[in-house]
Amino acid sequence: MKFLVCISNVPDTTTKITFTPDNKEFNKAGVQFVINPWDEYALTRAIELKEAAGSGTVTVLNVGEADTEPNIRKALAIGADDAIRVNAAPQDAYFVAEQIAAIAKEGAYDVILMGKESIDYNGFQVHGMVGEMLGIPTVAPAMKLDMSGNTATLEREIEGGKEIVTVNTPFVASCQQPMCEPRIPNMRGIMTARTKPLKVVPAVGEPARTQVTEFALPPKKQGVKLIPAETAGDLIKLLRNEAKVI
Amino acid sequence: MSVLVVVECADGEVKKSSLEVASYGAEVAAMLGTTATAIAVGEATEANLATLGEQGITKVLYDAEPRLKDFVNNAYTKLIATAAEQEQAKIIILANSNIGAAVGSRLSVRLKASLATNVVELPKLNGDQFVVRRGAFSGKAFSDVVLSGDRKIIAVKKNSTEAKHEAGKTAEVASFSAQLSDTDFADAPSQVVMQDQAGGILLPEADRVVSGGRGMKGPENWNLIEDLAKALGAATACSKPVSDVDWRPHHEHVGQTGITVSPNLYIACGISGAIQHLAGVNSSKVIVVINKDPEAPFFKAADYGIVGDVFDVLPKLTAAVKELG
Ligand SMILES: Cc1cc2nc3c(=O)[nH]c(=O)nc-3n(C[C@H](O)[C@H](O)[C@H](O)COP(=O)(O)OP(=O)(O)OC[C@H]3O[C@@H](n4cnc5c(N)ncnc54)[C@H](O)[C@@H]3O)c2cc1C
Ligand SMILES: Cc1cc2nc3c(=O)[nH]c(=O)nc-3n(C[C@H](O)[C@H](O)[C@H](O)COP(=O)(O)OP(=O)(O)OC[C@H]3O[C@@H](n4cnc5c(N)ncnc54)[C@H](O)[C@@H]3O)c2cc1C
Repeated sequence: MKFLVCISNVPDTTTKITFTPDNKEFNKAGVQFVINPWDEYALTRAIELKEAAGSGTVTVLNVGEADTEPNIRKALAIGADDAIRVNAAPQDAYFVAEQIAAIAKEGAYDVILMGKESIDYNGFQVHGMVGEMLGIPTVAPAMKLDMSGNTATLEREIEGGKEIVTVNTPFVASCQQPMCEPRIPNMRGIMTARTKPLKVVPAVGEPARTQVTEFALPPKKQGVKLIPAETAGDLIKLLRNEAKVI
Repeated sequence: MSVLVVVECADGEVKKSSLEVASYGAEVAAMLGTTATAIAVGEATEANLATLGEQGITKVLYDAEPRLKDFVNNAYTKLIATAAEQEQAKIIILANSNIGAAVGSRLSVRLKASLATNVVELPKLNGDQFVVRRGAFSGKAFSDVVLSGDRKIIAVKKNSTEAKHEAGKTAEVASFSAQLSDTDFADAPSQVVMQDQAGGILLPEADRVVSGGRGMKGPENWNLIEDLAKALGAATACSKPVSDVDWRPHHEHVGQTGITVSPNLYIACGISGAIQHLAGVNSSKVIVVINKDPEAPFFKAADYGIVGDVFDVLPKLTAAVKELG
């Protein structure tokens, strides 16, 4: 089984988001980048399934410029066998999906795993697009993934419940909790990661279809109105008469 | 040319988020000087579909194929693509749900359309530029995105726009067939399992949410959260550590790595207000924080606060709601 795990390089979850003064770009200064938290589920589950099968390979793929390599190496340290970086700034979800689809096709991967969505652009798009480009099913978002031979059984989260879906390889799935316990690199992993192959390839395909023109921050709160605990019930009156939400 | 709105139904009813999407679609159609047609998916009744006229929809297409009751990615994609061709729709609008966004991304490739998900406002038309504002950085910011090309798909975030009701207006319900065959249903789910929702209210669509954190001390105390939620007609939610230790199910976990909610009212009980939690709730219209620590960071993001013990405060709030009647 050949697994392709797509990882996105995103600002750490504790990042306070700011933009350049013209609001045109995300301000990267001092920001630490991590593997997108949901992609860690995809990576760990691929490694677990490979280990359980006793054979197979796990390749990590990132579409990004050279500054994403520390996180690609981290994925190798966690247990991926090799890596590919498509050397381009990720222009939009469509552009990223084109790159992933091209690599998946060329490498004849059986299982293409991604995260549920990126925590920076929150697209929830790339997995569906890749599935459609390759003409194969996409199961998103998946909370559980088990494999038996070429058949996968997944639990897909829907609003208010879940669906059990069975698909054959090749397929795309986007992963989220509680699929597995994401692994962290150990010392041996970090050592071996240095020498694992990381191939850099140029981008292909058509240009992006969307363009970000400006960013904005949510409006600030006016300040909190405190109600004494002794007369907590007064809060309910305020919610009805002042805030008018109940 | 028209605007095509994808309306999700369940148990015969149009979902709340789809009423929002229908209103949104009708407004976009008005901006462009055209009409809005809906295509219904899921289990619907003609009578309920006709009421989409109240949201400004003129015509509703409905394919009565029984296998469309549950979400099947391929079949839904083909159904909507066929409707879009028939209606010559240049703009397709869906809910940013696990159905809408999943179908939207496939459709964008199939119909060569540009796509924006998580959209929070009506589009702005600057000359021939079509700009939408969408949520980014998991609730920490917004980005304005230009959608290019002849066809555009928009997935609208739940609770970010309001459903309008013009009583008495009805839409024409037209039967429609996308001629779906067995192969279109190859990825159909073998089983659909619904959870019991507190009071039957789905968290992502809820107008009011009562949420508990580690300060609730243990799952045995959740009746305090549930009682207040029930009195308010609210859904229940929790912080990540609470679902990580299985005090509550995962689908209740809100935040940057859980679900993002934007209810009118979010009441946080014994939650400290970590940046990852705030990201998932800060687009709520009114935030109430109950915490015994006056320094808890959540108070900075709150509209109303009570510095106090949840075990003392929650029963008082529940009683006060019941008194209101
Ligand atoms: C400098 C810069 C400028 C940008 N400008 C724009 C812009 O103008 N317009 C715009 O729309 N977007 C822009 N982006 C966003 C970027 O293109 C996003 O990475 C892309 O849109 C995919 O994010 P998403 O949220 O849509 O992905 P989702 O669909 O939410 O991601 C789902 C999964 O796809 C995989 N994935 C996502 N991205 C990658 C990747 N790069 N490599 C490998 N796997 C990946 C991951 O597994 C992820 O969990 C910019 C990004 C950067 C860094
Ligand atoms: C990668 C990553 C992603 C994350 N994503 C999320 C996410 O999506 N959502 C999320 O919620 N968290 C997320 N977190 C975790 C986050 O950082 C916090 O640890 C978490 O939100 C804290 O949960 P809490 O507020 O319930 O618990 P605590 O931080 O332990 O807070 C408990 C609060 O309860 C108060 N309290 C205690 N007893 C009482 C009482 N009797 N009455 C009143 N108040 C009381 C305390 O004063 C305290 O403020 C993430 C973390 C990481 C690293």
